[in-house]
Amino acid sequence: MTKSDLVERIAAKCETISRKEVEIVVNTIFDSMRDALIRGERIEIRGVGSFTVRTRNAREGRNPKTGSVVHIAEKRVPYFKVGKELRERVNAGGDGGK
Amino acid sequence: MTKADIVEAIYEKVGFSKKEAAELVELVFETIKETLETGEKIKISGFGNFVVRRKQPRIGRNPQTGEEITITDRRVLTFKPSAVLKEALNQPQ
Repeated sequence: MTKSDLVERIAAKCETISRKEVEIVVNTIFDSMRDALIRGERIEIRGVGSFTVRTRNAREGRNPKTGSVVHIAEKRVPYFKVGKELRERVNAGGDGGK
Repeated sequence: MTKADIVEAIYEKVGFSKKEAAELVELVFETIKETLETGEKIKISGFGNFVVRRKQPRIGRNPQTGEEITITDRRVLTFKPSAVLKEALNQPQ
């Protein structure tokens, strides 16, 4: 499901909050998480998981088409580690787990 | 950053009370968890995709004793960051 499907599903559970407001909340959540990662900050959401920024070393790569050596600079990548509760719920997966 | 910081950001930006903001954040994450639990993936444009993958059973080994054990089939959650997020992390600030 996409972000707007998620907004829809949440709004359906709320009687007093409009779809538009839910959309702003969801956007604010992911925007603030993105900004934290850009700052290099670790994010921990209990029951969901944690996000960290890992640094990949610079390396020599190869263009697979031409075989020429290219230098790949050091880069930062986001990494997500699933939390205990969500890991267990995903694995139990719907079949009566909850 | 923790959930409390996210609640703070929503409180400042949207004008809900702290209590409402906290309940909404809880509701958002609970809905995400419920969705992933059913095996459905979630795609957040500009952030990334959360995808449930099936792992086949395989033979593992206890590294301490060398004993062979069967690792049962399972479902795991993976996160694939969006190109936009990966790029944002590598902009000179």
